Amino acid sequence: MSLKIGVPSKGRLMEKTFDWFGARGVTMVRTGSEREYAGAVEGIGGVELVLLSAGEIPRELAAGRIHLGVTGSDLVRDKLADWNKQVAELAPLGFGHADLIIAVPACWIDVDTLDDLDAAASAFRARHGFRLRIATKYHRLVRDFLTANGVADYQLVDSQGATEGTVKNLTAEAIADITSTGETLRANHLKILTDAVIHRSQATLFLSHRADWGAERAVLEALVAKLGLSAPALSG
Amino acid sequence: MTISPAARVEAEALFAAFRATGAAPVEADVLQPAGTLLDLYGEDIRARAYVTQDPLRGEMVLRPDFTVPVVQAHMSGGAEPARYCYMGEVFRKQDHLGPRASEYLQVGFEVFDRDAPKADAEVFALFAGLLGTLGSKALTGDIGILLAAIEGLTTTPRRKAALRRHVWRPRRFRALLDRFAGRAPVSEARARLLGHLKTDSAEALMQAAGPLTGLRGADEIADRARALIEDAEAPPIAAPEAALLYDLLGLAAPADSALAHLRGIQPLMPAIAPAVDRFEARLAALRAHGIDTASLPFEASHGRTTLEYYDGFVFTFHAGDAETPPLASGGRYDALTAILGQGRSIPAVGGIIRPALVAERKGA
Repeated sequence: MSLKIGVPSKGRLMEKTFDWFGARGVTMVRTGSEREYAGAVEGIGGVELVLLSAGEIPRELAAGRIHLGVTGSDLVRDKLADWNKQVAELAPLGFGHADLIIAVPACWIDVDTLDDLDAAASAFRARHGFRLRIATKYHRLVRDFLTANGVADYQLVDSQGATEGTVKNLTAEAIADITSTGETLRANHLKILTDAVIHRSQATLFLSHRADWGAERAVLEALVAKLGLSAPALSG
Repeated sequence: MTISPAARVEAEALFAAFRATGAAPVEADVLQPAGTLLDLYGEDIRARAYVTQDPLRGEMVLRPDFTVPVVQAHMSGGAEPARYCYMGEVFRKQDHLGPRASEYLQVGFEVFDRDAPKADAEVFALFAGLLGTLGSKALTGDIGILLAAIEGLTTTPRRKAALRRHVWRPRRFRALLDRFAGRAPVSEARARLLGHLKTDSAEALMQAAGPLTGLRGADEIADRARALIEDAEAPPIAAPEAALLYDLLGLAAPADSALAHLRGIQPLMPAIAPAVDRFEARLAALRAHGIDTASLPFEASHGRTTLEYYDGFVFTFHAGDAETPPLASGGRYDALTAILGQGRSIPAVGGIIRPALVAERKGA
């Protein structure tokens, strides 16, 4: 048996993850042809690399099919109920920074805070006969945040991409999405609410509580020592 | 999640007890149209109910409770007064790992009767009779008193409407009240906007902010800007009046003492008089059923939770700690019948018992 570590299968997230581990003496490489999703780990024994879509890593961690996984802290919080009971954060990796925020049209001069959004939603519903629509793919995080802050008369509409365009296309009145520079928001004439940073996300190394931690426990100890992390408590 | 045989036996017994009062047994579809519930509860129900897609009927939900279909059935043909009872599974998504079931039995009782205090007492006494021997603790409240107190505030209709709208969301209610009472500062962004509006029109500010995008129109934005100016000019809710409302929100005492306290503050808050009268009449009706109102716990804020339909008397029966759901809960929901009745309404009160928890309690 070996300790399985799930890593994003492509793009900057994969490269940065490889760099992060490489700088700590754990070398991750892709093997096989350029298009084949296969990899290997060198510098430590008993670790198996599993290349996955970043979006699927939370689910794989929750199911215990991988022992460790690198993905955005936003994805884990959004996709897993009671995320901190299912997985543990071993280390923030210091890249892939993005904030999950709520943005409204810049021309809404009367809306800058959640308080304003709530009042505008109430008036909007009275005028248009339906709840103010917020486009997002982060349903759990956004709903929990708005509930905790007592915002009413809104509805979430699903948007899996190009979310900033939904307002112009009249399929939503506001959006909740991740942004790092705010460039795309500005280009689409949207502004961020001042008190609605829902989550500051970054790439994070997670540990699955569900995974089978038998013989892999020793491998984990060797790995965290090599990475300079403190050994986590394993449940069970 | 399997429903245990013990829970089913308990459900049958409770259902028989409800039928023995003469209540008519009613059925409701497990698959309910989602539209009505989504319109009533918005995203709260999406988080709690299983929403699914039907190729012919559109969005449907697995029955999250019986109240809405029972009200709809009554409003579309029931005669008054009416008493209904029901038994069946309800389905609730649980967002936390733990023992809370996502599928469980409910046994319920609903009364549509214009004599509200009598009906309130009838439902509560029936539940107390079935659950009182289990060592459960009752807790009662009355959202109607809070709503009356809000109505009586010396402030703008807009502020009252905002407070009324959020009476079921304690945190936002508190934030609004703090702001309207001048206890919380105006946000920086709001102060800046009000400053700009002193010299520029809303239309000019909008033009400077960016192109008009989205469905919310320039007139709607300008309307709210005007409302903000009006609100900034309105004086804060006077300190003594706000203090009374804060006091009322925190009122927790045995029912008779709570009544005495409310009668004491009534001269300072005359608007609550009719609601306090109803409270007093309910206590008298409860005593007529043998309920000891001198010891019955009452909290003015009880029942202020997100699935917002109770607007008068509310009650729960608890057996365990605060983490476990109550054995039973219920209350008055006159406003809900007005919304579902599209113009018609009928005073209604009812409640549900969770037989699985009762069976567990009996086994313990």
